[in-house]
Amino acid sequence: MKYSEQWLKEWVPITISTRDLCDQLTNAGLEVDGTEGVAGEFSEVVVAEITTVEPHPNASRLSVCQVDDGAGTATVVCGAPNVSPGLKSAFARVGAVLPDGTAIGRSELRGVVSEGMLLSTVELGLDGDADGILELDAELERGTDLRVALGLDDVVIDIDLTPNRGDALSIRGLAREVGVLNRLPVSAPRIDAVRAETETVFGVEIVNAAGCPRYLGRVIEGVDISRPTPWWMRERLRRSGLRPIDAAVDVTNYVLLELGQPMHAFDLDQLSGGIVVRNGRTGESMTLLDGRDVDVDETVLLITDSSGPVAMAGVMGGDRSGVGTSTCNVFLECAYFSPQTTAATSRRFDINSDAAYRYARGVDYQLQARAMERATRLLVDIAGGRPGPVVEAVSEKDLPTANRVSLRKSRLDLLVGEEIPVEDVERILDSLELAPSCVGAGDERVWTTTSPSHRFDIAREEDLVEEVLRIHGYDAIGSRVPVVPLPLGRARVSELLDARLKDLLVDLGYAEAITYSFIDPHVADLLDPAGDPVAVVNPVSSEHAVMRTSLLSGLVTALRNNLSRQATRVRLFETGQCFRKEADDLAQLTLCGGILFGPREREGWAHDRDRVDFFDVKGDVERLFALGGLGVGYTKATDPVLHPGQSAVVLVDGEPAGRFGRLHPEVETVLELPSGVFVFELEEDAVLARRRRRHGSVSRQPSVRRDLALVVDREVPAASIESIVRSRLGEILAEFTFFDVYAGKGIDSNEKSVAIGLTFQHGSRTLTDTEIAQHLDDTLLDLKSRLGVRLR
Amino acid sequence: MNVEGIEKAAMAAVDVATDEQSLDDARVRYLGRKGELTVLLRSLGGMDAAERPAAGARINAAKVRLQQAIERRKEALAVQQLERELAEEAVDVTLPGRSRPGGSLHPITMTFRRIERIFEAAGYDVVSGPEIEDEYHNFEALNIPADHPARAMHDTLYLDNGMLLRTHTSPVQIRTMEAHPPPIRVICPGRVYRKDNMDASHSPMFHQVEGLVVDEGIAFADLKGAVVDFVHGFFEQDLDVRFRPSYFPFTEPSAEVDVQCVHCLGDGCRACGQSGWTEVLGCGMVHPNVLANVGIDTERYTGFAFGFGVDRFATLFYEIDDMRLLFDNELRFLEQFA
Repeated sequence: MKYSEQWLKEWVPITISTRDLCDQLTNAGLEVDGTEGVAGEFSEVVVAEITTVEPHPNASRLSVCQVDDGAGTATVVCGAPNVSPGLKSAFARVGAVLPDGTAIGRSELRGVVSEGMLLSTVELGLDGDADGILELDAELERGTDLRVALGLDDVVIDIDLTPNRGDALSIRGLAREVGVLNRLPVSAPRIDAVRAETETVFGVEIVNAAGCPRYLGRVIEGVDISRPTPWWMRERLRRSGLRPIDAAVDVTNYVLLELGQPMHAFDLDQLSGGIVVRNGRTGESMTLLDGRDVDVDETVLLITDSSGPVAMAGVMGGDRSGVGTSTCNVFLECAYFSPQTTAATSRRFDINSDAAYRYARGVDYQLQARAMERATRLLVDIAGGRPGPVVEAVSEKDLPTANRVSLRKSRLDLLVGEEIPVEDVERILDSLELAPSCVGAGDERVWTTTSPSHRFDIAREEDLVEEVLRIHGYDAIGSRVPVVPLPLGRARVSELLDARLKDLLVDLGYAEAITYSFIDPHVADLLDPAGDPVAVVNPVSSEHAVMRTSLLSGLVTALRNNLSRQATRVRLFETGQCFRKEADDLAQLTLCGGILFGPREREGWAHDRDRVDFFDVKGDVERLFALGGLGVGYTKATDPVLHPGQSAVVLVDGEPAGRFGRLHPEVETVLELPSGVFVFELEEDAVLARRRRRHGSVSRQPSVRRDLALVVDREVPAASIESIVRSRLGEILAEFTFFDVYAGKGIDSNEKSVAIGLTFQHGSRTLTDTEIAQHLDDTLLDLKSRLGVRLR
Repeated sequence: MNVEGIEKAAMAAVDVATDEQSLDDARVRYLGRKGELTVLLRSLGGMDAAERPAAGARINAAKVRLQQAIERRKEALAVQQLERELAEEAVDVTLPGRSRPGGSLHPITMTFRRIERIFEAAGYDVVSGPEIEDEYHNFEALNIPADHPARAMHDTLYLDNGMLLRTHTSPVQIRTMEAHPPPIRVICPGRVYRKDNMDASHSPMFHQVEGLVVDEGIAFADLKGAVVDFVHGFFEQDLDVRFRPSYFPFTEPSAEVDVQCVHCLGDGCRACGQSGWTEVLGCGMVHPNVLANVGIDTERYTGFAFGFGVDRFATLFYEIDDMRLLFDNELRFLEQFA
């Protein structure tokens, strides 16, 4: 909310600087967002009286005026339609500088020298009419600096109030707070009851008393809404961020700002029967003041008359009954609506009106009568009219009750961590109008408070602790460090930290990416056609409308962005949660994914220029799983988004734990990616599962290496050869390697040559050539019978 | 017989030998079986017996000197040869080495690590939880009933399965308290979501760390100590820290914490909107309703909680001026943090 500092000072006589006031408020929990002057910088502009007005000899639209600025008379040429003798207006003397930087000099206008300029609000950077010059109060002294005359040296303080502080959403509320902080008295403007001049009433009945415990209504007949709101009131509205509209709306808004009581003015002639405050009915609808047509039902509290809804209670008025310039009879509403009811309606219809904002945070439930008198007085003063008596419908039992809350000194000291002197506690509680009473002494002391009707946020002891601490000052409390026992945890071999995984990927040359968890549904569908992603009901944009089931979408997008910025070699990884529907449940899996594209090595004099291929991504996947050291296997993948011939599934202890390979060329095409994009995506838990390593034995016996060049059908996987060799040879096979794989010239086109290197070593003796030859024969026999392998 | 003449010629031949072969040729020519000095020695038989010993000694002395000269020359040639070979093998040491460059951790991850390290060293456990949450854990258990005005502070993203994207990592605090009795000392790092626009200082997805300490006798002064120490530890300097009363439904009393602007150190600059302060953290004493919701005895135990945006700390610490850079994943941005 925006508060005028001058207005505030009428209520509480502070003398501190604006800066100090702002610090004080911020430190008391009313966070100042910013301050702003109410008018731009200008100088040499004073109040002046127009003494004579003559037509300009050479221009029909201009007048030549004599202007008395207290120091003398000046001749001024003016084009405003509203110049008239006797009018007091804003006069820029020769030498004046206006907010937009214009310097006023002596200037000739069609043969007449103008010695200054009469100003409109627009030229002064103020809100208002550009059609005519400013019409000032006749009481103002000629020669008075306009800044002083109009109070333009005011500052608007913008305070970002927390939801619990509805009590401060008015000048009255802020003044109360500032009074407490500065230990100064607060003086409200005098509000006297306005005597009824007619007997006219409009009936009020409350059906839902829980939603509306109190409703005051008053008829004012014979008003002239077309009469202008006085400049001071419009200026206060403007400084508070509200737009002046007409006398009725301006007055209700003024009371809202001043006292914090939302009010509504109906055009009485548009109402029929009487006011009934009730919930909506199925099938009912209404048009709101903002022009929206809405359906209302049993959950919505309404103000109705005999022909249906006329306002959404505490939230927004209806179009049918709003006041306009033709209104001559007004019905003023001043009510207390329950915070819950108003909040629910405001949230449901997404209406954040000033009224709803305040009702939802709690309006002083004892304020209505005073506010009604205040509004009546102001409206009658401006627009005339004859007020009738105030009609009040109230359900006392549904009104909030004054909370009685106790505060134990011992609890206060415990929660604060140090002792706040008893006198200070009592002074603070007292100044906050909490009417503390006290029993007990020393640490047994207990204060019992009663909340004033403007405070809705004091429900329990801790709330009082905060109030005391807040006024005492958070910064007045010392800091200490918690003293705690120091139990030891356990080292756990079975767990790797994800930091290790990330560090390894970084060492392997990947940059870590963080991509949005909500993704484009089209990309989601493309990269996980079988996935049924969870959708965001109210997404930030249609490109962020479903939750990712895989990390690939984000990585692919990141790759594309980098390529569009001329990157040629990209390695990115990400770890994060992905979300998959599983029967009735939702799996939130942490995955680790990566993407590779471009040359294997960064370009350099010593590097080859090969591009990454399947075995680069596989090598990195192998390195990741080597961290845990569990048994890992690989089989061909059948994955619609991966290249059918260059993709694999990782198996950890036989269970699938991820996939990797080249993106399917069709997917690359649809995503407008160049060819040759490789990806991996692994379950983080599987990567981080870790085997405990143990020392077995390290043989000191000589080892013997034998190489075999094999020819085998092209489709036979290398892993089958290795597995047969390993199972045949068992422990004496110390090392196994594929040192060459070849297909092409010299080999039948259905076949490939696979060269394997075998290192034999016995744990306790030297192996003989005969033994090794026997082993090789047996192995070859196995390979031949099971895979059709022959020696090359 | 001219021993001196032959020796002189032989020495000259040794000196001009440029490789092992020419040196050996010189040796054969003077010292070989038919070499000039060998022949000369052999010819002593026809000499007068009285002169023979002296002449023999002269020739032998010349042979020894020649042999020594050949050895020296041989060594010198070997040294030259080695030097030549080494020179040939020389490389340009200023050319770059042959290694694959490392990648980089995301600045958010590095920030998480800084934060976790500070708290873990003090005995806090690091706990995490699901990003898709239910209303209960995200709101109700935290004393934010439906239609509470505080819900407007959290522009929640809702999902079609009736769940929501957690708006803070506080639900992890609830889950921790549900699972463990006090004493509790944890931090909960993680990703959170709010319906915000993407601009220089907002993102619909960001990161938080929340902390929770529940034990007997925990006071506001303990909270202040923890927060001040953390801020000093993270920024590696003793910045001024300011506590302002604020409001969160799950804490009472509540505070917002401002830190002296790291850019201008309080003088006022563009980054801090001339205030000299940067708002970095919200905290407070755990609301008794929250403790009661998880069955903790509110008379016996009190606690404090704090929460802050990791992205904010990352942008402050690494001087990143636009939050969008964090999620743009451009390599040139990311590699700065290698």
